[in-house]
Amino acid sequence: MEIKTLYETLRKIQEPKGYFFNKDLDLVFELLEALLLNKESYGYMACPCRLASGDRDHDRDILCPCDYREPDVKEYGACFCGLYVSRELKQGQRSAEYVPERRDPDRFV
Amino acid sequence: MAYDSAKIYSLSTCSHCKAAKRFLGECKVKYEFVDVDSLTGEERQAILTDIKELNPRCSFPTIVIGDTVIVGFHEDKIREALGIKNGD
Repeated sequence: MEIKTLYETLRKIQEPKGYFFNKDLDLVFELLEALLLNKESYGYMACPCRLASGDRDHDRDILCPCDYREPDVKEYGACFCGLYVSRELKQGQRSAEYVPERRDPDRFV
Repeated sequence: MAYDSAKIYSLSTCSHCKAAKRFLGECKVKYEFVDVDSLTGEERQAILTDIKELNPRCSFPTIVIGDTVIVGFHEDKIREALGIKNGD
């Protein structure tokens, strides 16, 4: 799939849910490219900023959008890798913060 | 500059890791990096053990400058660890 197609497809699905792409489009396209790379390497779109195990079931919590996006966007206004942000952050009503890793470190293998 | 070298534990797909490498390059710092996602088997397990000692969250990038461990890409913390004053 081409990155622009993935961008439009995901945008239409995620914005109605309240998740917006980061306004840093270079970052967004770099992350979407990495998702497509992970799809090729592992067979699934593992989060580009987390160590994938290669086992889809084991990594079901970090399939993008990851299980941690909701609490991270609620607390920090962005997901761990920065692909998705809240409406407030997108509109400049809050500033970006560093998002610490929520995932249990023992799941990284 | 207090230190002129660094080590980064990174992922080849991670934008924050790429940004950290770019920043260290801009600071004219020699850095060694390990893209952990390219490792397998015992080598990978050994590196993961090392990383979890440095950064129990096992997140990336994990950056080591001297005795300082920086979790995530933080320009200010990197500058401080390198001993770079603002405006240098």
